Amino acid sequence: MLRLWRISLIVLCFWFKPLYAASAIVAVANNFYGPMKALNADFSQQTEHALQLSTGSTGQLYAQIVNGAPFDLFFAADTLRPQTLIEKGLGSSSFTYAQGCLVLWSTSPGLDLVSLLTQQDFTHLAIADPKLAPYGLAAQQSLSKMALWQAVQAKLVLGNGLNPTYQFIASGNAELGFVAKSQVFKQGQYREGSVWQVPIDYYQPILQDAVILRKGQNNPVINAFINYLKTERAQAIIKSYGYQ
Amino acid sequence: MVDWLVVATTLKLAFIVTAALLVIGIPISWWLSHSQSRFKGVVEAVCTLPMVLPPTVLGFYLLVLLSPNSAFGQALDKLGIAQLPFSFAGIAVACTIHSLPFVIQPLKNAFEAIGSQPAEVAATLRASPSDTFFHVTLPLAWPGIFSASIMGFCHTLGEFGVVLMIGGNIPGKTRVMSVEIYNYVEALEYGKAHLLAGGLMLFSFASLLLMHWVNNRYRLRFS
Repeated sequence: MLRLWRISLIVLCFWFKPLYAASAIVAVANNFYGPMKALNADFSQQTEHALQLSTGSTGQLYAQIVNGAPFDLFFAADTLRPQTLIEKGLGSSSFTYAQGCLVLWSTSPGLDLVSLLTQQDFTHLAIADPKLAPYGLAAQQSLSKMALWQAVQAKLVLGNGLNPTYQFIASGNAELGFVAKSQVFKQGQYREGSVWQVPIDYYQPILQDAVILRKGQNNPVINAFINYLKTERAQAIIKSYGYQ
Repeated sequence: MVDWLVVATTLKLAFIVTAALLVIGIPISWWLSHSQSRFKGVVEAVCTLPMVLPPTVLGFYLLVLLSPNSAFGQALDKLGIAQLPFSFAGIAVACTIHSLPFVIQPLKNAFEAIGSQPAEVAATLRASPSDTFFHVTLPLAWPGIFSASIMGFCHTLGEFGVVLMIGGNIPGKTRVMSVEIYNYVEALEYGKAHLLAGGLMLFSFASLLLMHWVNNRYRLRFS
């Protein structure tokens, strides 16, 4: 009986070992979570590897990594935090995987969002917290460029990252707000409502870097995924979400 | 330096919510402790629900319910109640719902411990029911009311998920201590985070200590 137990235990170990070895945990900034799920689905279909995804604002994920979160790879929404992680010795190399676009979005269709914004004809404008999310910083820069930053102060609601910001607008509680194009753009078209794509020179380019973290350095799944990202298939998926 | 406006907003919120909780909680828990109604179980479950639900679930449904796109949100608007999300009133309503079980439980226990005897004695002395309630039951329930206030107050001070969902992080209106602590941690400003988090912990500990001390003294005096 004991023998049988031992054998089954060993069999179980071998059974689970490949599963265990072939997984990786990837931290993804809010704006890239949607595309990342699509990429992951395609990647696991092609290679039978699977990534586990964890999402949050770039600042939140960065703080988690600095404090020992077991991520293998980090897709940030800026270049600063991956760079800092490398300087701290927590990551080995970084690369730019996408350039993000900022849009002003409302769920109501047919609106002229620019005149709405300049005439201050709304009660709430949602943006991500500029301190935590690069898209929030870009929103702040754009509003400053339009000389509206001071004017909107009393109407501003801040999300702790892009997902809460999206939620504020999608639920109709904020009439409009600044989000990443990738959140409202899918398969080559905008999903619903009114959108104004903020001119690219209104804010500093949102270059988004990914960084391989210490734990993921020798993980074959991570290497496979990075190679996969360079393929045309993967690039097409990223483009279909409105990245440049 | 820590933003004291955040501390002031949080304290204001906790005071208002505690007052609202007592006004709502006392009648409900008195009814729960005396009623033989078959709906008692349902009411009790509804009142305990906020304690077991994740705050994000509560916050999410409030966000959807109070939205100007929803029928309920439009009805509120017609009644002249301005949009609740992103306002101080909004987080006060949400926190009141979320902290309700923490007030109902001690109050209900207190009313049950009193039993029906004091009220019956008062009735034989021709006290009206309202007289009995205000001059006999409430004073006897004082340790329970005291405990309930402290529990409600401390729970609101530390409120996080619900405020995060419907607050919008607006300085002076909906930016409370727990959200600020979260932001400090994300921005890696640990010094400020420690100051706020440590302060909150010390205050809550002292309040609970006071609550137990007062209750023990009261029990010794009357037993």
